[in-house]
Amino acid sequence: MAFLPGDAAVSLVGRNATEEQLKQVREDLGLEQPVWAQYGQWLEGAVRGDLGNSMINRQPVTAQLNGRLAPSMSLIVGATLIATTLGVAIGILGAQRGRIGRVIDSGSIGGLAVPDFWLGLVLIVLFAVHLGWFPPTGYVRWNEGVGPWMRSVALPIATLSVPATAILARQTREAMSTALSKEYVRTLRAAGIGECSILFRHGLRNAAIPVVTVVGLVFIGSLGGTVAVESVFAIPGLGSTAVHATATRDLPLIQGVVVYFTLIVIVVNLLVDLAYRYLDPRLQSATATDGAFANSGAAP
Amino acid sequence: MTVERGRTTGLVGESGAGKSTLAKVVLGLVPVVEGTVGFDGAEISGLPAVRRRALGARLQAVYQDPLSSLNPSYSVFWSLAEPLRARGISDRSEIAARVGATLEAVGIESDSRDRRPHEFSGGQLQRICIARAIITSPELVILDEAVSALDLSVQAQILNLLRDLQAQRSLSYLFISHDIAVVRHCCHDVTVLYQGQVMEAGDTVEVTDSPAHPYTHALLQASPVANPVAQRKRQLPAPTVAAPVPTGRSSGCVYAPRCPFAVPECHRRRPQLREIAAGRTVACHRYPEWTEGSTTSRVAYTPAQRL
Amino acid sequence: MGAAAFVFLLALVAVGALAEHIAPYPLGKQDLQNVLSGPSRTHWLGSDVLGRDLLSQLLYGIGPSLVATFEALVVFLVIGTTFGIVAGYKVGAVDAAISRVVELVQSIPAIIIILVVLGVFPSSVLAAMVALGVLASAGLVRVVRGSTLSVREELFVIAARVSGVGPARIMRTHVLRRILGPMLAQASVFAGLTLVVQAALSYLGLLSSSAHPTWGGMIGDASRVLSRSTWPLFPPGAAISLTVLAFGALGDALRDLVADRAVTATRRTVQPATAAPVDGADAPAPPASDALLEVRDLSVVHAGAAGPVSLVTDVSLSIYQRETVALVGESGCGKSLTALAVLGLLPPGLRASARHLHFDGARLDPGVQDTYRAVRGRDIGYVSQHALASLDPTHTVGSHLREVIRRHEPMSRRAAAIRGVELLEQVKFAEPEQVMVVYPHELSGGMAQRANIALAIAGRPKLLIADEPTTALDVTLQAEILALLRHLKNSTELGILLITHDWGVVADMADRVVVMYAGEVVEQADTDMAFTHPRFPYTLALMSANPSTADHGSKLPTVAGRVPPPGSWPVGCRFADRCPHETDECSAGKLALEVADTGSLTRCVRAGSLLAAGALPR
Ligand code: SF4
Ligand code: SF4
Repeated sequence: MAFLPGDAAVSLVGRNATEEQLKQVREDLGLEQPVWAQYGQWLEGAVRGDLGNSMINRQPVTAQLNGRLAPSMSLIVGATLIATTLGVAIGILGAQRGRIGRVIDSGSIGGLAVPDFWLGLVLIVLFAVHLGWFPPTGYVRWNEGVGPWMRSVALPIATLSVPATAILARQTREAMSTALSKEYVRTLRAAGIGECSILFRHGLRNAAIPVVTVVGLVFIGSLGGTVAVESVFAIPGLGSTAVHATATRDLPLIQGVVVYFTLIVIVVNLLVDLAYRYLDPRLQSATATDGAFANSGAAP
Repeated sequence: MTVERGRTTGLVGESGAGKSTLAKVVLGLVPVVEGTVGFDGAEISGLPAVRRRALGARLQAVYQDPLSSLNPSYSVFWSLAEPLRARGISDRSEIAARVGATLEAVGIESDSRDRRPHEFSGGQLQRICIARAIITSPELVILDEAVSALDLSVQAQILNLLRDLQAQRSLSYLFISHDIAVVRHCCHDVTVLYQGQVMEAGDTVEVTDSPAHPYTHALLQASPVANPVAQRKRQLPAPTVAAPVPTGRSSGCVYAPRCPFAVPECHRRRPQLREIAAGRTVACHRYPEWTEGSTTSRVAYTPAQRL
Repeated sequence: MGAAAFVFLLALVAVGALAEHIAPYPLGKQDLQNVLSGPSRTHWLGSDVLGRDLLSQLLYGIGPSLVATFEALVVFLVIGTTFGIVAGYKVGAVDAAISRVVELVQSIPAIIIILVVLGVFPSSVLAAMVALGVLASAGLVRVVRGSTLSVREELFVIAARVSGVGPARIMRTHVLRRILGPMLAQASVFAGLTLVVQAALSYLGLLSSSAHPTWGGMIGDASRVLSRSTWPLFPPGAAISLTVLAFGALGDALRDLVADRAVTATRRTVQPATAAPVDGADAPAPPASDALLEVRDLSVVHAGAAGPVSLVTDVSLSIYQRETVALVGESGCGKSLTALAVLGLLPPGLRASARHLHFDGARLDPGVQDTYRAVRGRDIGYVSQHALASLDPTHTVGSHLREVIRRHEPMSRRAAAIRGVELLEQVKFAEPEQVMVVYPHELSGGMAQRANIALAIAGRPKLLIADEPTTALDVTLQAEILALLRHLKNSTELGILLITHDWGVVADMADRVVVMYAGEVVEQADTDMAFTHPRFPYTLALMSANPSTADHGSKLPTVAGRVPPPGSWPVGCRFADRCPHETDECSAGKLALEVADTGSLTRCVRAGSLLAAGALPR
């Protein structure tokens, strides 16, 4: 570990500690062993579901992180839900008329350019400092009261929703425009089908296929967003834990967060895949019927 | 199949017949799985990449879509010079002279050579593609559906151009098309392909006037003639589309599932290509039997009377 | 937009480089008299809790930020381009391996990996930026790979390979040129991202906390004094947002710039339409009104930037019950637009107007969608060229049919399903029940076209408009579909408007022929007459240019040139510049359709004299 300019031992015993003390702590933490050995041990544990102990407070990483899961998931799921509802609605509207479409496009560019942590601070200034509607920071667990819980997560969710909504609105608009410019829309109109059915039964149904992918991306994006946003709002979640662990060089804890993030990503991708399969018949039958009629020639 | 020197050989068949794959094999774009390709007496199918590339000057191709055959970012001059540069010709004045002469040969004014592809019409673009194909004075040009996407009046212009170029430069053409009427008009010989297999081959007029294979017959009968009186006589009733045919490799005749003359023998054994007259081959167990068959009235291809 | 962004970014670089010379206060200068002041004469953007000038701090923050961005960009471009090209060009196992890694990297939020890196290399901006560059390059790999792959398949690259051009040269001349645009666009957007990440990391206090100010660090400072003053939050936030926005806009502009060169193909220069005099008396007297469809002087106009351009001019035609009328012409002559205009289904940007448009006695107005509501699907069915694209891929054939059936005849789902099976039987499917439950992609082209025809006749229409219904099909399938249409016409009294460019199809199907040229009807005749006694030189020229009727190996008689594009149509006869018989008479003014000796209608003023001279068949 010589190449490291400083390590957790320093954070633990402080910069003024004697060389003796440091050596002792390092031995305790296993930092004296070569890197690959440390990593091998960690990996071995990880497979068994044991992510090791935090270097700072010596608590098992899994126990610490399990407690942080709920706040993070509240934010991410909340933001994804709101962004999906709003974004899809705005996107559909935008696909209808030219002018609104342009407003949405520029709005979404703006929504993506604003850094999320700064946006969070601005929301705090506006809704907590000036208006006093929401608490500026902190998290209330939902079993301590649903109302306070909602108030405590409202601003962080709003912060995460802004870029997510921007992305979804833009992508939905594009997907809808693409779907509505397809030839089958003309065929359906020619067959007398009404605009309402064309918009929802056919347009949205087809647009949903690419949009579902984007919902998955937005979810994962919000996951990354928690790192800064939880720190801004002092929410004890995975993201803020990762920041804290980085600052104190608590490698097992950061690695633990990475594992948790990875697991969440895997689950989300799985769900997206399932939704995809449900929405796109071309994927269902690829294995099922093998294109029953596609290859047949015609009768002589 | 063979393409004779100085002649046009047609390759006709529907989608999935393997026409374009064959073109790619000849051009060395896809590897040969089985069999060989010979060119000017030498085998070229197994050549290493560098030696194969050297053949580029003698073997060229023109495709269906002229607009995407030319890089939109470069001028016509650049696209025409590319095959010359690949030959190692770098003398600017020589390149300019040859580009100018070739453009003229295909009927494009050489002062428009600095324009980009999108400034030309489809017919002009196809002329430019032909120019690129002949600029290295090749011996064989593969025309892969080269006139299929063109409007009738432009198509006629291009067919005439190809005809003139062949006469002037003793070119050989491999003319790939799905349109048997065009093939009949402009090819000396024809090979009929179905699902990657040769059904019959021979002199174009003979093959189209008296097809020896049921598939050729069906193809001819299905292509409508631009003569209402003749065409009305050729109309068939609307058939019912039956259950899909399993497309596994059968050991019999590939056309058997659609062939009205199929007998059990056809499903069991694949017919070999056999010679039925000088230069005329067919792969059908029931030739010439089926041509006298009474199951379907046999309507020969009746080219419409001249107007 | 792009230019403005570029200028802004250039200015930013300049200001960053010259920060020491132009900043109003030296680095770290504290003014404890003016702590947390708002914008004032002494501090244009106010000051922070230590009285440091915010404007100066902003300016000092630019330099290091851009250096870090540059580091990340280099890593991003080198890794992204190299692996992208390798994956796109090598295909196979190498490609699969690279793609797998890319997927993996892209699925985990980059920020958390950067935190791990910062855990190992504390406060190292370089480490963070290299990590970001590596992680984000996965996206670039994907884009570059995609472009490379698609260029490889382009015909012009294949043509180059056929000509013996080597791979290295193809890479240089064709591939690099194509991927440059997307690459630059990605790089620009990525540059914006590096700024946001830097700011976030500084804000979180994870980057070096030296005295040198950073934009993110300024936000961090501001966040600790929010209860005393909120102002210091805004200048750095706005600076970051604006810069990121500029990078985004630049990226968009770069992409468009490079893409544009290739796409301009469709944007041919169109000149304004020549204002043709509307001559009410020009068409012959309207026929008896028992026609199913009657169109008089239908025009379609494109409202372009350079004034309206006429695409279809004064088309008149009528179709009777149980009659097939073929609308023939070469591409770009306006035949499909005519059909769509009749149905009121023109694409956006095109406007139609007609002096007289009646279906079965009811008036249709191309400008008013409501007038079509009762007609589409119920009275007029429509079949297009693209059989598969005409069906919604997310619905089964049965679902399509049920929806259309119930739209026109209220009935239960079950009854609609039974009727659907009937319709599929009508279009000669041997196993209609099976076809009901399949999705469009499971059908072959010919079968899909049958399904489309079933859909078109579901509302029991009296007229079917079929736009090149067999053009995309193999010739044996074409024969089947044409036979099916004939069968339907005979069994259901259907009138058919058949749009085609194929004279063989015309000969097979049509009772009457309407020939269009350059947006106009030039000839209208009974089918046999049209073939044997054409009365317009263009029709005659097309007949003789048809290889299916020419002698084997003969030179085809051709007309030089091509159909003039919309906007450059000549006054008078639009065929004039290609016609071998053209005289001054032809270009004198707008020509009317006249009745010829055969009873056909022709727009050729010289038809009579040409006939006498033997230039038209007697
Ligand atoms: S071999 Fe049999 S199935 Fe094949 S084409 Fe001849 S008759 Fe038909
Ligand atoms: S009007 Fe004149 S230019 Fe036009 S077709 Fe007749 S003769 Fe030719």
